[in-house]
Amino acid sequence: MLKITDLVKRYGGGDPVLKDLDLTIEGESVVSIIGSSGAGKSTLLRCINRLVEPTSGSIVLNGTELTKLRGRELRAARRKIGMVFQGFNLVDRLTVMENVQSGRLGYISLWAAVMRRYPKKDIRRAYELMERVGIAQYANTRADQLSGGERQRVGVVRALMQEPEILLADEPTASLDPKTSEQIMGLLRDLASELKLPVLINIHNVTEAKEYTDRIVGMRYGRIIFDDLPAALDQEAMDRIYSGSPHVDRGAELREAS
Amino acid sequence: MTSRPDTWRRPPFIANPVVRWAVYLGVLAYFAWVVATMPIDWTRAAQGIERAGRIFGGAFPPSYERSGLLIDGFLESLKIAILATAGGVALSIPIAFMSARNIAPLPVFYLGRAIIIVARSFHPVIVAIIFVKAVGFGPFAGVLTLVVYSVGFVAKMLAERIEEIDFGQVEAMRAAGAPYASTLIYAIFPQIMPRQIGLTIYQLDSNLRASAVVGIVGAGGIGATLANAFGRYDYDFALAITIVIVGVILISEGVSGQIRKRLA
Amino acid sequence: MSSIAEQFGREDWSRHTPKQKARRFAIFALSALAILWALGSIEIIWPWVWGAPGQMGDLFGRMYPPDPTNLGTILRVLLETVNIATFATALAVVMSLPVAYIAAQNTTPNRATLWLGRLILVTSRSVNTIIWALLFVAIFGPGIVAGIVAIMFRSIGFVGKLLGEAIEEIDTRPVEALEATGASRFKIIVYAIVPQVMPTFWAVSILRWDINLRESTVLGLVGAGGIGIILQGAIDTFNWPEAATVLLSILALVVLGEIVSAFLRRRIL
Repeated sequence: MLKITDLVKRYGGGDPVLKDLDLTIEGESVVSIIGSSGAGKSTLLRCINRLVEPTSGSIVLNGTELTKLRGRELRAARRKIGMVFQGFNLVDRLTVMENVQSGRLGYISLWAAVMRRYPKKDIRRAYELMERVGIAQYANTRADQLSGGERQRVGVVRALMQEPEILLADEPTASLDPKTSEQIMGLLRDLASELKLPVLINIHNVTEAKEYTDRIVGMRYGRIIFDDLPAALDQEAMDRIYSGSPHVDRGAELREAS
Repeated sequence: MTSRPDTWRRPPFIANPVVRWAVYLGVLAYFAWVVATMPIDWTRAAQGIERAGRIFGGAFPPSYERSGLLIDGFLESLKIAILATAGGVALSIPIAFMSARNIAPLPVFYLGRAIIIVARSFHPVIVAIIFVKAVGFGPFAGVLTLVVYSVGFVAKMLAERIEEIDFGQVEAMRAAGAPYASTLIYAIFPQIMPRQIGLTIYQLDSNLRASAVVGIVGAGGIGATLANAFGRYDYDFALAITIVIVGVILISEGVSGQIRKRLA
Repeated sequence: MSSIAEQFGREDWSRHTPKQKARRFAIFALSALAILWALGSIEIIWPWVWGAPGQMGDLFGRMYPPDPTNLGTILRVLLETVNIATFATALAVVMSLPVAYIAAQNTTPNRATLWLGRLILVTSRSVNTIIWALLFVAIFGPGIVAGIVAIMFRSIGFVGKLLGEAIEEIDTRPVEALEATGASRFKIIVYAIVPQVMPTFWAVSILRWDINLRESTVLGLVGAGGIGIILQGAIDTFNWPEAATVLLSILALVVLGEIVSAFLRRRIL
């Protein structure tokens, strides 16, 4: 279970990007976060695995308070959080197998990592997962030889290799064409139920969010203003989430406050 | 599908195992052989630490007492660099045209390339020794040396640029009935000019660096001052010269980089 | 019916505006002045200049025909020259790795190490191989060791600078992804940074080897080993035919080196 309470993130001295945000994710549900650009979706996700340092508040994953961790403890906690990126973030010049195994880097010794002597168990698991998503034949291919959809599958397998307790996906389909994008969303949904894994997806495409996820969270200017089943997302809610431009509205909010 | 492979090896860089191991062993054997056959006098090298201490002890603090000599040496280096750049660049233009395959007839092309290869292959210090023997000690040998050095670089780069030019423009000029010289001026020069200016500035910077070295074998400039200081065990003066050389090179590199960035 | 030129009074056309013209003229004049200043004040004995073509011709005349009697020794020392260049390049490449790491803004541990790295690079790069050789001959005495160390010292700066720039230009997204997997700093370097820098590493190493081959031919002139010693000896004893043989073998070596490095570059990249 992931429980976020009173989360605030402020860059420099400006207006906070996240404002006293509360969010709880239980069980193995697939949750999508929607909202216009600049609403703070990406910052929220990166606060969870501390790629972005939260200003204040608390994030608890299965009993571990993440915001206070340092060094070795932080790295141990990050292993439990898989992440899939918009730009895939693969190491282009390494083979698919090496990219996939890089998800295990937190677990294996430095020597094994440098010499590419991965444990048998990890190799078997890698082949299983790669076969599951349909990229097993590329194990020895360099990552930059693959198409966008295949690259994102490598990204997904890398995250799953971590044996995560939660999977974060930051706009996983934004760089893909519509058909591939649906395939990846379907894959994420199916994997979540197969592996009993909660998944948190930032997404721009509302249709995909409705079709492939169990719960939709709508964000606007660092606050959650909608949190319900996909069926409850009607036109009125959409208007609230996407109306206005963040810039103008932020100004208006400030004026109201003063 | 229950038995999935549980071993994986990274595809080796050289696929053929025989070739691969031959390369590895060859490299290893080569370095072992180099180390084994190297005529090293270990006692002499061991004494070196002590000598290094003495040299650095003698070099600190750097002495700027004879800064007059230092400034004269630098001005001479600067003059050598300017003249060599002017001469070298002027000479590079015809040689570059000779060495451009799309313009020069084949025999001329080979001649041009041969000139460039010879000019590039010899380190300026070797060229300097020969010129010193031929025309005597002093800055003139330095200028000649750096002219050769400049030709080796500028003519090569320029020839490559000429080979890349858009020939459509040349055809257009020919179609308009322009004579050969006009074609050159209107269709080819504009295409290579920016490159040529950039190269000239780069070469000036480069010549200034090299002029500090060719002096060591007697071709004038600050290098001669440095070699003299070293020869007379004036390590404090030598350090002062080295520091100034480093400073001037850094400044000139910065200035030439700025100018070329602005041009681009 | 009047022509356009008459209507608008535009019969003159010039490529540059007056301001541009003035600037171009100023730059041109400045260059001319610099050349004139250099020509006027340089200490050149002009009769020597007029005699130079004759002297050069005379010198080349004395070099012909090249004398191959000592070819065996020359080739042996030439091989030693190659060894100096190769060995020094290998050492320098290895030693430049940590320097590049601390001199790159995105990997250096802190500001102090960044400046230390940059200081090493600048010192190494700004002092020419020959000057390094002068110093090391004074320290280690004449011989091959001084030559190797001199070439190494100069190459560290060159390789380190280019590698450091390559590190600064890497794609940071894989680094972020591996941070998110909980990998330690060193493993991130091995998996996300090293593979991205590898092509530059090989290209720079080969390039520097090619340059070092040339540099190592002159080390002998200051007593630091290699073919330069034989060349110096031949020139000092006015044995021009042998000097010609040495020069030709250097030419062959350098051309061969360029062919080898072109082959390696094609093979590896």
